[in-house]
Amino acid sequence: MAIALWLNVDGKGVIPTLQEAVERLDGAEGELVLDFVTVCRIDSMALRAMEGLATIADQKAVKVVLRDVNVDVYKVLKLVKLARRFSFSNSNHDRRTTKLEGRHAEPSAK
Amino acid sequence: MIVSEAAREPAQIAPSAEPLSEERIAYLEGLVTQARVASAVFTQFTQEDVDRIVKAMVLAGLKQAQHLAELAVEETKLGVMEDKVIKNMVATEFAYDYVKDKRTVGVIREFPERNLMEVAEPIGVIFSLLPITNPTSTVLFKCIIAIKTRNAVIFSPHPNAWRCCSEAVRIMYETAVKHGAPEGVFACLQTHTLQDNAFLMRHKDVSLIDATGGPNAVKAAYSSGKPALGVGPGNTPVYLEKTADLDASIVDIIISKTFDNGTICASEQTVVIDDEIYELALEKFSELGAHICNEKETRLLEQTVIDPQTGFMQPMAVGQKATDIARFVGIPVEPNTKLLIAPILGVGREHPLSVEKLFPVLSVYRGKSADEALKVCVDVNHAGGLGHTAVIFSRNDAIIRKFSEVINAGRIIVNSPGSIGALGAVYNDLVPTFSFGCGTAGGNSTTDNVNIFHYLNIKRLARRTQAHMWFRVPNQIYFNMNAVENVRQFPSASTVIVSTPVLEQIGHVDIVRRHISPETRLHVLIIPDAEPEIEVVTQGVDALNFYKADQIIALGGGSVIDAAKIMKLKYESPQADLEELAAPFLDLRKRVIEFPTEKIHAARLIAISTTSGTGSEVTPFAVLTDKKRGRKTTLADYSLSPDVAIVDPQFVMSMPKTLTADTGIDCVTHALEAGVSNYASPYTDSNAMQALRLAFNYLPIAYEHPGDEEARCMMHNAACIAAMAFSNASVGVNHALAHAFGARFGVAHGRANALMLPHVMAYNAEVPAKFMPSPYTHGYVANKKYATMADVLGLGGHTVQEKVENLIVATEQLLDRLDFPRSIAELGISKEEFAQAVPEMVRSAFEDPSGRSNPRMPLMTELVELFWKAYEGRSLTTATSVFHTQTA
Repeated sequence: MAIALWLNVDGKGVIPTLQEAVERLDGAEGELVLDFVTVCRIDSMALRAMEGLATIADQKAVKVVLRDVNVDVYKVLKLVKLARRFSFSNSNHDRRTTKLEGRHAEPSAK
Repeated sequence: MIVSEAAREPAQIAPSAEPLSEERIAYLEGLVTQARVASAVFTQFTQEDVDRIVKAMVLAGLKQAQHLAELAVEETKLGVMEDKVIKNMVATEFAYDYVKDKRTVGVIREFPERNLMEVAEPIGVIFSLLPITNPTSTVLFKCIIAIKTRNAVIFSPHPNAWRCCSEAVRIMYETAVKHGAPEGVFACLQTHTLQDNAFLMRHKDVSLIDATGGPNAVKAAYSSGKPALGVGPGNTPVYLEKTADLDASIVDIIISKTFDNGTICASEQTVVIDDEIYELALEKFSELGAHICNEKETRLLEQTVIDPQTGFMQPMAVGQKATDIARFVGIPVEPNTKLLIAPILGVGREHPLSVEKLFPVLSVYRGKSADEALKVCVDVNHAGGLGHTAVIFSRNDAIIRKFSEVINAGRIIVNSPGSIGALGAVYNDLVPTFSFGCGTAGGNSTTDNVNIFHYLNIKRLARRTQAHMWFRVPNQIYFNMNAVENVRQFPSASTVIVSTPVLEQIGHVDIVRRHISPETRLHVLIIPDAEPEIEVVTQGVDALNFYKADQIIALGGGSVIDAAKIMKLKYESPQADLEELAAPFLDLRKRVIEFPTEKIHAARLIAISTTSGTGSEVTPFAVLTDKKRGRKTTLADYSLSPDVAIVDPQFVMSMPKTLTADTGIDCVTHALEAGVSNYASPYTDSNAMQALRLAFNYLPIAYEHPGDEEARCMMHNAACIAAMAFSNASVGVNHALAHAFGARFGVAHGRANALMLPHVMAYNAEVPAKFMPSPYTHGYVANKKYATMADVLGLGGHTVQEKVENLIVATEQLLDRLDFPRSIAELGISKEEFAQAVPEMVRSAFEDPSGRSNPRMPLMTELVELFWKAYEGRSLTTATSVFHTQTA
C-alpha cells in the first residue's frame, strides 16, 4: 500500500502538527502516518485534537497510523479510549503497519 | 468521616425522585470526561512533577487558610473560625510533612530481601463527597493527596458549604494547573441535586468514591457497586482512669471537645471517670471553665439537644458554642463557659445524652470500678461509635491494653485529645487525615486514617526467589571394614541394642556387644525381622523405659532401624501421635504438624546397617506398617535421623543373594529418584551420581560373588551415599507406587521398586501431562538429569533421548542380571486380584509424600497406568520399544 502522507509530530508542539494533519487529510489517499518518535508526553489539549483528527479521518475514510508512539503515551490513549481509533506501527517493524494494526488496537466498541 | 453528617445529610444523599435532564447529564458527562482525560494525562507525570505541584498547593493552602476558614464559618454557621484556620493548616502543612518524602509514582517501595517491589498505579477519577463541618480543610487535604497520587477528583460539597468548598477547590486547582497539573484534574459540582450524586456514583468512568459524610452517604457509596472509602459515624468513649495525670487529662479533654465547637467526630462524647477521682475531676473541669449541669439542667439538655424521635442530636446544636446552647436550653452559665458537662447514669435510648454530640456538651459517668468503667466504655462504643475512635487517660499499661482489646475503634488515643489526636501527626504518629476509616463495624473497608496509600492501586512486582535448600545428614558417619569399633567412643550408662533373631544368631549382635564399654548396662531387644508394626514399637518403648536407656543401637536392615527411630521418638516424647505426625505435607519446612521438641528422655541413636539398600542409618524417614489396613505410614522429620551412622561392610558379607538384590536395587532407585527429584540440588546430585556409579559397578559383583569384600564395601557405601541424597532430595513416584503395592501384596520393598522402575523412568523422561510446580527447579530437567546419569555410567548416546534410553536399558539389564521378576504377574498375583487392589493402591500411592517431589505430577490415571504396566511387565526389548512409542 502506498503511503500518501507522512507527518513528523513535533514533541514540543503536538497540536500544530495535528491541525496540519486535519488540513491535509483530503490528500492522504487512504492513509496518514504520524510519526510520534519525538513525543514524550501528551496533554489534554493534544488529546482533544487527536480525537478531532480521528473523527474527521473516519468521515473521510482515511486510516491514521501513529508511528513509534512511546508506551507512556500509548497507555494514555488506551485510558481515554482513543487507541482503538488509530493504527500503530513501529519503526522496528517497518512496512508491517497493516499487520500491527490488529495487534495493538484495543477491541472495538462496535 | 470527619464529622457526623447524620443530621444534615438528607440534603446530600436522599434517593432520587426525578430523572436527570439531558442537559444535566451532558454537564455531568463533561465533568467525568474532563477528569478522565486529566487522570490519563497524569499517568505520564514523574514523582518530581507531582512533588513540585503538591508543594505549591500546600503553600497556597497555607496562605489562604484564614480566608477559607472565614468563608466556612460565614456560610455554614458552624464551628470556630480560629480553629478552622488550624484545621486548614493541619490539612496542608501536616499532610505535606507526611507525604513530601513518600514515593507515589513508579516503584514506591522495595523489599530486596523478599524480591518484592511495590509499584504505584493511580486510581483514575475519584468522586468525593464533602462534609459541612470541615468543608475547606477536607478539600485541601483531598486535593493534596489526589495530586500526590496522580488522580483526578470531582467534588460534591454539602449544599450548605458549597461556596467555601468551591473556593477551596478553585484555589487548589488553579495552583495545581499553574504548576503543571493536567487541566480538569479537579472539578466541583455547581449547584447540584441528589440525582447528580447518584449519577456520578454509578458512572462507569468513576473509579472510586470517597464519601466523607454520614451513614447514608457511606451506604449510598458502598451500594453504588464502586470501590468506596466510606467512613462512618462516631461516639467516642473516654476512660479517665484513676492513675491518669488528672490536670493534663482534663485540659486535653476540654481542648478536644471545644475544638471547632466539637464538630470533629472523633471528639470526646462520654467520659467514664473512676469513682476515686470523680469528684475531683468535676471540680477541675469546673475550675477550667466547664459548667457541671445539675439533674434538672441535664434533663433540659436531653430534651433540647437530642431529637426524642430519632435519638440523634438536633442539627441546630451542631457546632454551636456552649454558651449559646445553654442560653437556648435555659441553663444559666458564666459568660466564659467552654463546655457543658452532663452526668448520666447509663448508656442507651433511655439516656439520651449518651449518643454522639457534635457540640460542646460532654456526658460523664461515674464508674464504680475499672471493670464497670470498661463495660460502660464498651456500651458507648456500641452506641454508634463502633470502629471509630476511643480515648483513654491512664498510666496503667495493663488497663490501656485491656481497653484496646475490648474497644472496637480504628484509633485508640492515649493520654491526648481525641479529636486532634485522631487527625494524626499532631499528638502522635498516626497518619494525618481528614477521613477516618471505621472498619467493617462502621460499614467501611478500612480502619486506617485515609491518606495517599488509599488513593493508589499498589501493584506488587514479585521476582522469583531462590528457594532456600538444605543438606542435612547425621553428624557422624563411620564407614569401611570394622567401623563398628567406633561404638566404644560413645559413653552410655544404659544401652539397648535393637536387632533381629537372625542377626543375634549369626553373631552380629555379639560383634557390637564387644565394642561397648563394660561399665555400660547392656540389654538386647530382639524384634521380628519385618517392617515394624505399632505393637513392636510399643514393646520397644516399654523396654527403653524399663532400662532407662540413654543409648539405642539399631543393628539391622531398614526395618530394624526404622523401628528404633520410632521407638526413640515415642520414648523421648510419649505424647507424639504417630497418626498425626504422618499427616500429608507438601513442603517439609511448611508442614502443619511439627514433630515434638519437648522430651522427657534423651537417648543417642546409633544405626548400624546390615543391608546395603535402605540407607536408613542416615535418613530422616521411618516407615510403619499397618497390616490390618494393608498400608504403610511414612514418617519424615530430621529429628528422626540417627545421631551416629556406622557403615561397616562386615555386617553385609553374609547377606543372602535375594536380599543383596532387593536392597541393592532399592539403593539404585534412591539414587535415580533423588537425581531427578524436584528437591535435587548440586549437593544431592553429587551423592546421587556417585551412588549410582558405585551401585551399577558393584551390585552385580556383590550379587554374583557375595564374598567379594570390595564389592560389598562399595555397595554398602553406595547405599549410604544414595540415602544422603534422598534424605535431602526425597524420592519420587516409584517409591509411592512401591509402598502401596508392597503393603498390599506383602512384597519386599526393593522387589516392589524393581517392578516399577523402568516404567517410572520412561514416564518421568516424557514431557509431562502435568508439570509439578516447584520453586527449586528451572524448567523440566528430568530427562536431562537421566542423560547425565547415563554419562556418569558411561552408557554412551548422542542425544538426551538416546542417553535416557540407554539408561533405561542398562537398568533393565541390571534387573535381569539380578534375576528380578519383570512383571507383577510373575509373582503369581492374578489379574482379577490385582484389578481389585488397584483403586486403593492408587489412592495410597497418591497420598504418599514420596510422590510430592517427583519431577512430574503423577495424575491418578497415570498411576493406574503405571501399575498396569508393572503388572504386565516388559522385556528389555519391549521396554525400549515402549519408550520409543511414548517419546515419539
